Order: sequence, then structure tokens, then C-alpha cells
Amino acid sequence: MIDIGLGHYLTLGAIIFTIGVVGIFLNRKNIIVVLMSIELILLAVNINLVSFSIYLDDLAGQVFTLFILTVAAAEAAIGLAIIVVYFRNAGTIRVEEIDKLKG
Amino acid sequence: MAHAIFFYIFSSIAIISAIMVTVSKNTVHSVFFLILDFISISCLFIMIGAEFLGMIMLIVYVGAVAVLFLFVVMMLNVAQQKNQWFLSEESSGHIPVGLIISTIIFFELIIVIGGWKYKPELFDKIKTSSAETVSNTHSLGQILYTDYIHVFQISGMILLVAMIGAIVLTFRQREGVKRQDYIKQISRERSEGVQVLDVQSNKGVSVDD
Repeated sequence: MIDIGLGHYLTLGAIIFTIGVVGIFLNRKNIIVVLMSIELILLAVNINLVSFSIYLDDLAGQVFTLFILTVAAAEAAIGLAIIVVYFRNAGTIRVEEIDKLKG
Repeated sequence: MAHAIFFYIFSSIAIISAIMVTVSKNTVHSVFFLILDFISISCLFIMIGAEFLGMIMLIVYVGAVAVLFLFVVMMLNVAQQKNQWFLSEESSGHIPVGLIISTIIFFELIIVIGGWKYKPELFDKIKTSSAETVSNTHSLGQILYTDYIHVFQISGMILLVAMIGAIVLTFRQREGVKRQDYIKQISRERSEGVQVLDVQSNKGVSVDD
């Protein structure tokens, strides 16, 4: 319990990943919170990669964390732009009312 | 000992704020808790020895992405939309399914972590080369610009495409905006601009423009 090892960090990553998935499933609000849950999931993946990289003493994990960071920033920018355009056209971004595709 | 205390402090802050991101009613509060989450995780990264990534997480997420989220939330005025949590009337049937699936995912991850047998030769590698004098940023830069240079350039292309895509998506031509037209200004002739009138005294002139 006192000795913090790799398992502690992996458990933290698992908990945050699950919270992100729950946030996507249980969302009753606007779709921006879905984007934030995706950011949480990517953050959990980053925790896993960094802790493996430190404990196995291999820097490749940190390099790929940088690339995940890049992709996350790009995804947030594109997603928010799509949300802005959708709000301009439809007037709402509530999850329940986005049903144009009849999914 | 101190490592354990700080780990538990930062990770509990991170977990609580991650929960608050999903359950808080106000979207602006969700963004604030997201910022808190990123800050505590980057503190964990700095603590574990990946200080470059911790700082980059602070810059990229707190400085750019969270501000972008806040900007969009305030621009779209969605904080006024009344959010109901768990009390949607007709379409709340998928909430128990989502909870079940999330629990299954969590326990699968825990089983994978708990049942993961470390290979003994990996244990020998751990903490062996920690006596190096090169800092984390230095060594990361050394392999980032040599071994992973192509991936690095591709990530630059991804950022470029994202920037162009965001601009193209949100760009719109507005009606009734007057713009300066240099060609039209320069090529203006004297005959278009100046009009010589013969004004009689005690009478005004009416200029039709």
C-alpha cells in the first residue's frame, strides 16, 4: 500500500478510463461533455503509457504520449468546430435532440 | 513514503474531478473540473519522473484545449439550457446498459492489471539505468528527432490539417460587410471623383450621389 508501483498507476488509469466511458454512456446534456469524456479517456491512455515507460525504462512510451497529445488537440479543435457549426444550423446541441440521422 | 502520500493525494483529486466532469450540471463547471484533472495528472507525471510530458500537458491541455472548451461553451450559451441528470423521460433506457458495460470494462482492466505477471528480466531492467545524468527532456529530444522523426513530421501534418479543417468548417461569408478594395481605390479616375458644378448665387446645389 505504501510502496507505489506500476500497478497503482495502471489502476488509476483504469479508473479514469471507466469514468470517461460512463460519461459517454450516461450523458443527458450537451455534446460538449461527450468531447470532455473522450479527453478523459485519452488522458487515461497517457497515464498508462507514461507509467509503463518509466517503470520499464523505455522512452518510446513518452514519445507516443506526445503524439497522442497532438491527436487529442486536433480532435478537440475539429470536434468543437463541428459543434459550433451544428449549433448554428440546428440551434441545439442536446444529445437527445440530435436525431437527424435517426440512429 | 512521501511518494505514496503525494500519489494518493493527486490521484484522489484526479478521480474526484473526473467524476465531477461527468456529473456536474453546469457545463462550465465541467470544464473547470477537467482543468483540475489535467493539472493533478500532470503533477503525477512530474512526480514520477516524466517532467517534460507533465509540462507539455499543462501547456497543451490547460493552456489551449481547456480554453477552447470554455470559449465554445460560453459562445454557444449552453449553460442556460436546463440540464436534467438521470431524469430524462423517454430515452433513459440505455442508462443501466451503459452502467453494466462500464462496470464490465473496469473489471476487465483490473483483472488485466492484477493478473499481469511481470517478466523477471523486465524487473531487472527497472531502475538500472536511473543513474544517468541526462535529463528527461534531453533524452526525449534525442530520440524524438532521430528515431521518431517521421512520426513527428506526420503529427505536424495532423495539426495542420486540423487547423485548416477548423477554419473551413467555421468560416462563413457575411452579408453587408464593407471591405477595403485596393485595386478599386488606386484605379479611381479624376472624372469619377470630382464634379465641377456651376453654382448660381442664392441657390444651393443638389448633388445626387
